[in-house]
Amino acid sequence: MTAITSTRAGSLAIFIVRRILWMIPILFFVILITFTLMHLAPGSPWDKAGGRQLSDTVVNNLNIRYGLNKPVPQQFLLYITSVIHFDFGLSYQYQGKTVSNLLLESWPYTATIGVLAFLLIIPVGVGLGVLAALRQNTRIDYITMGFATVAASFPNFVIGALMVVAFSVLSYKATGGNFFLPAAGFGADDHLIMPVITLALLPIAYTARLTRASTLETIRQDFVRTAWAKGLPERLVVIRHILKNSLIPVVTTLGPTFAFLVTGSVIVETVFSIPGIGRAFVVAIESRDYPMILGTTVLFSLVIAVANLVVDVAYVFIDPRVRLT
Amino acid sequence: MPQTLLQVEDLHTQFFTSRGVVRAVDGVTFHVDAGETLGVVGESGCGKTMTALSILRLVPDPGKITSGRILFRGREVTKMTDEEIRDFRGNDVAMIFQDPMTSLNPVTKIGRQIEEAMTAHERFTETLARGRVIELLKRVRVPAAESRVNDYPHQFSGGMRQRAMIAMGLSNEPSLLIADEPTTALDVTVQAQIIQLMKQLNRELGTAMMLITHNMALVASLCQRVVVMYAGRIVEEGPVEQIFNSPQHPYTWSLLRSVPRVDEARKDRLVSIRGLPPDLSNPPPGCKFHPRCPFVIDKCKTDPEPSLSEVGVNQVARCWVLMRNVTEEGVEAAKASALSKDAAAKLKAPVMEVEGNAGG
Ligand SMILES: Nc1ncnc2c1ncn2[C@@H]1O[C@H](COP(=O)(O)OP(=O)(O)O)[C@@H](O)[C@H]1O
Ligand SMILES: [Mg+2]
Repeated sequence: MTAITSTRAGSLAIFIVRRILWMIPILFFVILITFTLMHLAPGSPWDKAGGRQLSDTVVNNLNIRYGLNKPVPQQFLLYITSVIHFDFGLSYQYQGKTVSNLLLESWPYTATIGVLAFLLIIPVGVGLGVLAALRQNTRIDYITMGFATVAASFPNFVIGALMVVAFSVLSYKATGGNFFLPAAGFGADDHLIMPVITLALLPIAYTARLTRASTLETIRQDFVRTAWAKGLPERLVVIRHILKNSLIPVVTTLGPTFAFLVTGSVIVETVFSIPGIGRAFVVAIESRDYPMILGTTVLFSLVIAVANLVVDVAYVFIDPRVRLT
Repeated sequence: MPQTLLQVEDLHTQFFTSRGVVRAVDGVTFHVDAGETLGVVGESGCGKTMTALSILRLVPDPGKITSGRILFRGREVTKMTDEEIRDFRGNDVAMIFQDPMTSLNPVTKIGRQIEEAMTAHERFTETLARGRVIELLKRVRVPAAESRVNDYPHQFSGGMRQRAMIAMGLSNEPSLLIADEPTTALDVTVQAQIIQLMKQLNRELGTAMMLITHNMALVASLCQRVVVMYAGRIVEEGPVEQIFNSPQHPYTWSLLRSVPRVDEARKDRLVSIRGLPPDLSNPPPGCKFHPRCPFVIDKCKTDPEPSLSEVGVNQVARCWVLMRNVTEEGVEAAKASALSKDAAAKLKAPVMEVEGNAGG
């Protein structure tokens, strides 16, 4: 044991294993809370929108079939047992489909858009922030921060709708159908452009502002003055001394941002008619599809936990002051 | 005749703030000869750091060198191109800063930071520089230098970090090393070690040094000449023994009385100069020291500040009165009044301001 912990790689491995084990109690409590809230919320899975409701006999039979007639604590234990066996149950609304299937169908759409948006954020958000900081109080700074403020203050659906109007409708008309972006659906590459941009805009704005603030703060540090006093060229002062320090807090936020992006945006998925997990989750909540709600929650929790773990591990590599505990 | 390395002439460095123009360095003229150690002393806020940063053209925003000449081996520093000034920094003139805790990059290995100071200039190749790092750390007496090159700054103590900074400063064998209060942020015992080290290095390498400090003991043990700064101006300059034995400006006299000296047993109590240095965006008229001066006369308040005039061999001072014209009783009275104020401050009792020739 001591032989392993005495090396940095060894302690890193132990750190990762411990964090993964920690996910088990965290998931347990996430399920417990979701389960409780779900059952406390009014309504039942068999309520129908509009007038006609199912007869009591039918409801009873459904309850028996899905185990909803049992006491809630027992239902909880049964659910936990099946989750341990990686069984997330059957969906209520799509008869005969497993939750795992539904998640595997919808998540790839969401994840594709989310990952692409994430890949856009790093160069654009970080790049704009650095540029604005290095050219503080110049036109570049004002334009960048103006853009960030506007992007951060427009809701997603407005940006999405404006893009559809501009790049689908007007562009189609202006070019006689030669150039336009598809307004909906998923398939060809150009389907991705508008949803990815719509989704990425807000995180890009936030990342740019955070990067700018952090970089401005770093520029004033004593060690940056030391770097200049050594006679280092500007490029190296910026990369090795300013950015290496100022991007540390930015990396911290990239974990939650990644989790936010790949768990889907109902609005973006609705505006662009993408059959993603964000919409599926909302539909599941509306129709009280308990197994689907729980399955999605578990998936999201895992994504968040893993994203944070990756950030914490990355931290060890970028900041030597971080101690593994 | 010793060769002049650095000649600063009528340097003005100002900060353009919303409160107005701060005249941080206000017409400073001095020189450093090759191999000599010049002390620059004065209270905090007198423009010592800004004078040093001006020499490297590293004055922070919103500050600017507004006029004056800085000649290094005859080259005009203020007119150098970006590339020229870059190669000048750290190569011809290196600087060590006050706070070793914040002056090193926290996420880069110590050895790498020293190596980089060398590879920034043409003098050493990368391989040569890497090999030299350990040698330099040994030279500044960092124990186990071979392994410590791979440490990060947080693994170094304050004193060790300052040693690393000194190693970095010396890495290119600069002709001039500016040390800005190199011991102020350190523990007393560590201070003594660093002073000892700088003394040895100065003797071994013969690098000229501009030592900024308010530690008179450090000046006494390291410097040949001293420049005394007050409110962005030089008020007195001369050889160390003369400045210590017969200071002519009342500010120099007060400074010497306000700090402990290691080279003589003190009979007098340690006193601090009453009041604070002036706000450099709105300095007092006349001599800027007059509101705090124990020997003030009317002329000091009304007439424009006197220019630096010869007061001894190679010694100049900027004063209407000069200490040599103050009588024994005057000096005693000033001491007594400072003492009584000091005592009163300790009792926290309000006292009346007693100016000039009180007591006696
Ligand atoms: N960033 C700044 N903005 C405005 N004034 C400044 C700034 N930095 C320094 N100064 C002014 O310059 C004067 C001299 O500062 P400095 O050279 O650091 O003094 P010293 O090193 O002698 O303690 C200070 O009194 C202050 O008024
Ligand atoms: Mg200073």
